[in-house]
Amino acid sequence: MDRTNEKRRGKLKEFWRRLRKNKSAIIGLILLCLIVFCALFAGVICNEDDAYRQDAHNRLQAPSSEHWFGTDMYGRDVFTRVMFGSRISLSIGISAALLSLLTGGTLGAVTAFYGGKVDDIIMRIMDMLMSIPATLMALCIVAALGGSAVNLFIAMSLSSLPEFCRLSRSAMLPIVGSDYVEAARAYGSRNGRIIFKEIMPNALGPIIVQTTQSVASKILTASSLSFLGMGVQAPQPEWGTMLSEARQYMRENPYLVLIPGLFIIITALSFNLFGDGLRDALDPKLKD
Amino acid sequence: MDEILLKIEDLFIEYQTELETVRAVNGVSLEVKSGRTLGIVGETGAGKTTTCLSILRLLPDRTGRVTGGNICFRDKNIYSLSEEEMRTQICGEKISMIFQDPMTSLNPVMTVGSQIYEALKYHNHENKTREELERRVDEVLELVGIPAERKTEYPHQFSGGMKQRVVIAIALACEPELLIADEPTTALDVTVQAQVLAMMRDLQKKVGSAILLITHDLGVVAQMCDDALVMYAGEIVESGSIEDIFTPGSHHPYTMGLFGAIPDLDSAVDRLTPIEGLMPDPTKLPDGCYFADRCPYAEELCKQIHPTRTSLSGTHTILCHRFSEGLKEVSHE
Amino acid sequence: MTKYIIKRLIEIIPVVLGIAFIIFAILDMIPGDPARLILGQTATAEAVEQLRDEMGLNDPFITRFASYVKDVIFHFDFGNSYKSGQPVFAVILKRFPVSFKLALCGMIGSCVFGIPLGILSAVKQNTRIDNIISILAMTIVAMPSFWVAMMLVLVFCLYLGWLPSTGHTTLKEFILPTITISLANGCSVLRITRSSMLDVIRMDYLKTAQAKGVPKRVIIWKHAFGNALLPVITTVGSIFGSLLGGALICETVFTMPGIGSLIISSIKSKDIPVVMGALIFLSACYSLVMLAVDLLYAVVDPRIKAKYSSK
Repeated sequence: MDRTNEKRRGKLKEFWRRLRKNKSAIIGLILLCLIVFCALFAGVICNEDDAYRQDAHNRLQAPSSEHWFGTDMYGRDVFTRVMFGSRISLSIGISAALLSLLTGGTLGAVTAFYGGKVDDIIMRIMDMLMSIPATLMALCIVAALGGSAVNLFIAMSLSSLPEFCRLSRSAMLPIVGSDYVEAARAYGSRNGRIIFKEIMPNALGPIIVQTTQSVASKILTASSLSFLGMGVQAPQPEWGTMLSEARQYMRENPYLVLIPGLFIIITALSFNLFGDGLRDALDPKLKD
Repeated sequence: MDEILLKIEDLFIEYQTELETVRAVNGVSLEVKSGRTLGIVGETGAGKTTTCLSILRLLPDRTGRVTGGNICFRDKNIYSLSEEEMRTQICGEKISMIFQDPMTSLNPVMTVGSQIYEALKYHNHENKTREELERRVDEVLELVGIPAERKTEYPHQFSGGMKQRVVIAIALACEPELLIADEPTTALDVTVQAQVLAMMRDLQKKVGSAILLITHDLGVVAQMCDDALVMYAGEIVESGSIEDIFTPGSHHPYTMGLFGAIPDLDSAVDRLTPIEGLMPDPTKLPDGCYFADRCPYAEELCKQIHPTRTSLSGTHTILCHRFSEGLKEVSHE
Repeated sequence: MTKYIIKRLIEIIPVVLGIAFIIFAILDMIPGDPARLILGQTATAEAVEQLRDEMGLNDPFITRFASYVKDVIFHFDFGNSYKSGQPVFAVILKRFPVSFKLALCGMIGSCVFGIPLGILSAVKQNTRIDNIISILAMTIVAMPSFWVAMMLVLVFCLYLGWLPSTGHTTLKEFILPTITISLANGCSVLRITRSSMLDVIRMDYLKTAQAKGVPKRVIIWKHAFGNALLPVITTVGSIFGSLLGGALICETVFTMPGIGSLIISSIKSKDIPVVMGALIFLSACYSLVMLAVDLLYAVVDPRIKAKYSSK
C-alpha cells in the first residue's frame, strides 16, 4: 500500500514538474486564481448592495477613482457588478461541467463496460443529440424550465451530455478490455464497483482535461443564453446579461461592453490554457 | 567510368531534441563512383538512413542537423546550393531515392501515373508537352514491368511488390545519375525481393545509374554491390570492395559478428546472426571504440581510446585497434 | 454507390424521428397554454377548453406525438404557427435563404481563416509562429460571439461608419456577420487542420515527393493537405450543417431574419410548432450535410470510394 502511495506521489511530482515548465498553463493558472479570488472575495472587496442599488444621478459615469469601471445606465457600480458576476459565471460553469461529467461520464462508462446492445442504443441516441447544437438544445431546455441560474445550469449540463458520454466511452474502452478489469470480474466484484473503482479512475486523464475546458465553453454558453434573455435574468449581475443591457449604450460608453466582455474572455481563456497545460502534463505523448 | 559521383567527407549529423542530442552519424566518409553500386550494411540505428537522407537534404527540419563534413555531388557541395537549385537540379533529377516501405512511400490519394508525371513535370527542362511527358510515364511504367494502362489506378490497387516497382519508376523517371535505395526490399516477400532486385540490376544497366544501396541483408550486398561499407553507431567500421569484405582474412570484429562465421562469398550466408549486447546509447557515446562493449577481442585500450582508420590494402579499410597498431596481425581461422 | 446513398437516406429517417421525439418531449414541458395564447387573454374559459379539445391538447403525450408525426409524414404538415397562423414549413422556407447565405459565407470564411493558419502552424510546429497561432486561436475561442459581434459593430459601424450593422440583402451587409461566424468556427477548423496535418506531415510519401523535386508549396498543399483533408471536411461539414439551422447569436445581434432569430423569437413567444418545425428542419439539414460529407470522402480518397462501391 505504501509503495502505491509513493508511486502515486512520484507521478504527481513528475506531473507538477511538467506543468510548471509549461508557460501558458501557468499563465492560465494565475488568471484562474485571480478570477476565483474575485469570486470568493467579491463580498469583501465590495458591497453587494452596490451591485443592485440604482442611482439616477450617477448614470453612465466613465471609469473614475470612485467607480473603477464606471456606472451603468441605472447608476449601478460596474466594478461591483463584474465582481459578483464572476461568482455567477464560475459557479454555473463549474457546476454544469461537473454535472455533465458525472452524468455523461457515468453513461459513457456504462456503455463502454456493457457494450453490445446497451452501447448501440445509447450511442445512437447520443449521435442524434449531437445533430442539434448544444446552445440550441440548452435554449430549448431553458425555455421548458424557465430562465434562472439553476435552470441554466441544468440545461447546459444536459446539452453537453453526448459530448462527455462519447469522450468517457472512448477513454474507457481500452481499459475495459484490460487484464485488471478481467481480474476484478473474475473475483466476482459487482459491476457497479468495477465501473467506479477500477475503470473510472484509470480513464481520468482525458476526462479531467475535457472537464476543465468544458467549464470555459459552459461559461460562454451561459453568457450567450443570458445575452439572448434566456438565462440569468436582470437585474442579476451576470456578465452576458450586463452586456445585453448595455448594448444600446455602447457607442457613448464602450467600457460598459468592453469590461464584462474582457472578464468573460479572461475566465474562459484561463480555463482553456490551464486545460491545455494539464493535457500536456498528464500525457506528454499527446503533445504532437 | 570510374569518375567519382558522390563524395562524402567526414560527415557528422546530430538530432537535437529538447531533452537530448542524438549523435547519429559520426565522421562518415564514402565515395560512389558512376555506374557502380555501393552497399551500406549495418543494424537498425547505425545511421545508414540518416546518411542517405542528408544527401538529399531531407533530414527533419528542426531536429536533424549536419554538424560537420561535406557532401559533394560532382564536385558541387550539396549544402552550398540554394533550396531552389537543390530541388530543380538535384532531387529527382541527378539523385533520386527509394524508401524502405512501399506501402507508405506512395501518396494514397494520387494515381500512380500522376505521381510519376510529377517527377517529370518538375524537371521538364526541355519544355516537353503534356502528351510527351505522359508518353514517358507509360514508358517508365513498362520499364518496371507494369502495363501502362494501370497508370490511372491508385496505390491501394497495387500489391507491395508492384508498389515498389512504381516507386522505382518514379525514381528512375528522369534517369538519375545516382539512385539511393534505402532497404528497398526489406518490406517485401522473399520471392518478390528477388524480382525487384533483379529488376533494379537490369535497370541499372539500361539507365547507367550508380546505386547507393542500404540494407541489413548481406545476401543482397553480395548479389548487388561492387563495394560495401559496414556501419556501426554512426561510423564506418570497415569498407572495401565486395571481395575485400567477403573474402576471409582481416576483418573488423563487428563484420565478423555480422556474418556469424568467417565470411565467405560462396557460402550462402544471408542472415544476420545476433551479436550479444546492444549498440551504445547514441546520446552518450563512449570515449573509446563504440563496439568495445560487445567486442570479444576488446582490451583496456579499446575502452579508452577511439581507434583510427587503417588501410589494409588499396581499397580495404578498417576502424579497429587490432589492426592500427600493427602489433597483432591476427589471422582468423 | 446509389445503393449506398439510398441506404444512408433511409437511415436518416429514424434519426430525425428520434430527435423529433426528444424535442417534442422537451417543448411539451414549456409552461403556458397554447389555446390561451391563440385566443388571447380575453377569451372565455369555455372557448379555450374547446380549442384545446380541437387541437388535441388534452390527449396523452404519445397520441399527440403520433398525430404530429403522421401529419408530417403523410401531409408534410408541420402544423401552423400559433402566432401568425401560417403553416410552419412556409414560415421556415421564407427564412431559409438568409440562413443559407449566412451559412455559406460563414463556412467559406471559417475555411479561409482556419485552413491556412492550421497548415502554417502544423508546418512550423513548436516554433514561435505555431505558439502565436495557438494562443491567438485560444483567445478567439474564449470570446463570446455576441461580444465579438458587438465589438465589430462598435468599431466598423458606430465609430468608423464603414459597414452597416443590420440588413440581409447586399454583400456589404453580410461582411460583419460572416466575420463573427468565421472567427468562432474558424478556430475549430484551424485546430483540426493542424492536428490532421501533423498526422500526415511525417509520412514517407512526403519524403518521396521531396526526393523527386516537388516544390515545397505543392508538397504542403497537394500532397500533405490532400491527405489531411478528411477530418477537416467533417468539421467544416458539421459547421455548415448546424449553421443551416440558423446562427442564433449572429442573426440576433445583426437582426437578420434567418431561422436562428426565428427560433429565438418563437421560443420567447412560446410558438411551439415553429420551434418544433425549425429544429426538425435543422436536424434533417444536418444529417443531409453529413451524408454529403461522407460522399465527399469518396471523392477525396479513392480507398473510401472503393469501399463504398463494394458495399
